[in-house]
Amino acid sequence: MTEHIEHYLAKYLRMDRLPHIWCSGCGLGIILKSYVQALYELDYDLDKIVTVSGIGCAGRASGYVNTDAFHTTHGRALPFATGISVSNPELKPVVISGDGDLFAIGGNHLIHAARRNINMLVICSNNFNYGMTGAQYGPTTPPDIRTPTSPYGNTENPFNLVSLVASSGATMVSRWTVYHVHQLKNSIKKGLQKKGFSFIEVLSPCTTGYGRLNKMSPIDMMRDLKETSRIRKVNPTEATIEPGREVILGDFVDVEKPTYSDVLDQVSRRASI
Amino acid sequence: MSKPKVKITKSLCKGCGYCIEFCPNKVLESSDELNEKGVQVPALAHEDKCTSCGFCALICPDFAITMEEKTDE
Amino acid sequence: MNEPGVLTGSHFTHGDWACAEGAIAAGCGYFAAYPITPATEISERIATRFPLLGRRFVQFEDEIGAIASVIGASFSGMKSMTATSGPGLSLMLENIGLAVMTEAPCVIVNVMRGGPSTGQPTMGAQGDVMQCKWGAHGDTEIIALAPQSVQENFDLTVKAFNLSETYRTPVFLLSDANIGHMYEKLVIPEEEKIEILSRKKPLVSPGDYKPYMADESLVPPMACFGEGYRFYSTGLTHDELGYPNMGVDAQDKLVRRLCDKIRVNTDKITLTEETYTEDCDVLVVAYGVTARSAASAVQKARKEGIKAGLFRLITLWPFPEKKLWETASKVKGVVVSEMNYGQLVREVERAVKPVPVEFLGKLGENPPSPNEILAKIRRLDQ
Repeated sequence: MTEHIEHYLAKYLRMDRLPHIWCSGCGLGIILKSYVQALYELDYDLDKIVTVSGIGCAGRASGYVNTDAFHTTHGRALPFATGISVSNPELKPVVISGDGDLFAIGGNHLIHAARRNINMLVICSNNFNYGMTGAQYGPTTPPDIRTPTSPYGNTENPFNLVSLVASSGATMVSRWTVYHVHQLKNSIKKGLQKKGFSFIEVLSPCTTGYGRLNKMSPIDMMRDLKETSRIRKVNPTEATIEPGREVILGDFVDVEKPTYSDVLDQVSRRASI
Repeated sequence: MSKPKVKITKSLCKGCGYCIEFCPNKVLESSDELNEKGVQVPALAHEDKCTSCGFCALICPDFAITMEEKTDE
Repeated sequence: MNEPGVLTGSHFTHGDWACAEGAIAAGCGYFAAYPITPATEISERIATRFPLLGRRFVQFEDEIGAIASVIGASFSGMKSMTATSGPGLSLMLENIGLAVMTEAPCVIVNVMRGGPSTGQPTMGAQGDVMQCKWGAHGDTEIIALAPQSVQENFDLTVKAFNLSETYRTPVFLLSDANIGHMYEKLVIPEEEKIEILSRKKPLVSPGDYKPYMADESLVPPMACFGEGYRFYSTGLTHDELGYPNMGVDAQDKLVRRLCDKIRVNTDKITLTEETYTEDCDVLVVAYGVTARSAASAVQKARKEGIKAGLFRLITLWPFPEKKLWETASKVKGVVVSEMNYGQLVREVERAVKPVPVEFLGKLGENPPSPNEILAKIRRLDQ
C-alpha cells in the first residue's frame, strides 16, 4: 500500500485503498476487476456512473471504484439507485451487491425496481451465504447445507435469481460465474450501455465462509464453477441452479422496453395537454 | 512481433493460487518468495510457454497481474 | 410547460395541500412516498402537480424504499422530500440515520396520528415527538418543526427545506391529522418574496475535494453525483475523505461534529413565539394544534386577571432550552400541554428546573380544550 503501484486500471480504482479487504480467493475481487475492465474497454465517462452498494462483503465494492459511489443501508441499494436514476436520467447507477442484500432484506425493492424497469445495472454476487456475518444461510443457500444458523441442515429452498428477476420485468438478465471472466465482462459492457433494468447474477466463491464450512478449498470452488456450469440459451425458469451438480449460465433475457424515466416523460407530456 | 508479458505486482498478491491452477499452459508456479504479508507469490516458471492469453490477469481477484506490452530493450 | 411552480394568491385549503405547495415553492424536485393516512393527500397533490412541472414523483413499494430514494435523489442534486405518518416513520428510522451520517439534506413530513402501532389512523396526536429525535440508533441530532395552521404548513415546509440545505441534515415537519385535514385560508406570496436557501457547493477542484471536511461552520460543502467530484459516501464511520475509518479517533471526531453542527447553532435554528410573556406568572408551553387551544386559554386567563403567557415552540428539535429558561425562570409555574402521554414535557422539565411543571396530556383525537388548559393555569396561579 505504501508503494506507488502503476496499473493500467488506476484511473478507475481508488488505488490508495488497495489491496482490498476481501479474503484470498474471494470472487468479489474478480467481479470488481471485471467491472472496471468493462469501464476501461468502453472508455466510459466516469462522471456518468454512480456505483452503489448495500451491506455485506459485496457492499464494500463501491469503496474501490473511482466514480461517485455510495454505500447504503442493508437491502436499500436499489431504491437509493432509483432515486438517482429518476432524478437524473443522465446518470447510470451500477449496483454491486450480494445475494442476501438484494434478495432477502432487499427482495421487495428488487422486484419493484425490475418491474419499473428503472435504468440501472445490477451485479449480484451470489456466494450462497451471508458471508460477512459468518456464513449463515441465505435465500440462495442450497437445501440441507449446514451453516452456523442451520447447524442441522438448511430447512429452506433457494431462489432461482435469474428466474425471479426475469419474471419481475427486467430487460436484461444473465448469469455467469467469476471463472467466466470474458463473458462476465462482456455482459457488464452490455448492461452499461443498455437502457433499462439489467441484471447479472455472478456465482462467486466465499472461500473463508461457505467454502470452509463445506470443506472446499478456493481452487476446489473455482474448479466446481468451471466444471458444473453449462452455457445454454434457455428460459430463465429453466436455468438450473444446483451448485456442485449443475448450473446453467448464459444471457437469458435481452429485450427493449421504455424505462421508468421514459414513462415519466411521456406522462408529463400527456398531463400538459 | 512481441506479445504482452505477464507482470506480477507481488505486494498485492494474496496467494489464492488461481493464476497457477488455471493457466492453460501451466506457465506459473508457486515460488518460495514471500511478499510483505508473508504470502508465497507466483513466479513465471515457464515463460516460453506463455501465449499471452491474459487469463491469469483476468482471474486474479487482487489486481496483482497485468499484461504489459513488451518494450524493446 | 405553463404550470406555475408558486401558486401566488389566496386559497382555502387543508394542511396537507399547503405542505405539498410549500415543497413545490421551495424547489423540491423529487418526492417519494407510500400512501398512509393522514398524509396521503400530500402525495396526491404532488402526483398531480409534479408531472406538469417536469419534476419527479415516485410512489414506492414501502416507506423504506421511499426514504432511501429520497437520499439518493438528494445526492443527485435534488431537493427531496417524503411524507408519512407514525408507522411509516418507524420504518424509515434506519435510513434517517443514514441521512444524518452521510449528511443528506432532505425533508420528512410526519402528519402524526394516534399510536402506538396502527393506532388511530384518522385521528390527530403528537406522539412522535421523541421518535423523530431519538428513533435512529446512535447519537443523532435532527431539526423538527411543528406547524399550527394551514399557513404554517406552507411556510414551515419552505423553512424545513432551507434548514436541511443549510445544515445538510434531515428536517422533520411534524403536522398532525387535525392540521393536515382542516381547511383554512392560505396566502402564498409572490415567488420573489419566498426565501430559498441551497446547499453550499465545493469551491475546490475535484482533486482537492474532501467530501466530509468542514470549516468552522461544521457543515461540509456538498458535491453531487455527476459533477466530476467522484466522491465516496458510506454509512460506516468515516474520515474526511469519506473512506471507512472505524477507529476510536474517527468515531469521536465524526459523531461530535455531526451533533455539534446542530447543537452549537441551536439559537440560530430555533423558532419560538411568545405571547404575553413580558409580565407572566404562569407560562404555558405548547406546540402544533395544541398551541391554538393554549393561546385561547391564555387569553381567558388574562381576562380573569391571571398573568398567563404562552411560549409556543415552532422548533421542537433542537430543543430551545436557553430561550425557554430565559422566560420560564421568572414564572411561578409552567403548564405543558400536548397530545400524548408525556413527551416534550420531559424536555421542558429539564430546561426549567426548579420551576414546577403541570402536565396536561390529551389522547384520542382532539387537542385539549382552552378550558382544560385554563384549569391548569388557575392551579399554578394559586
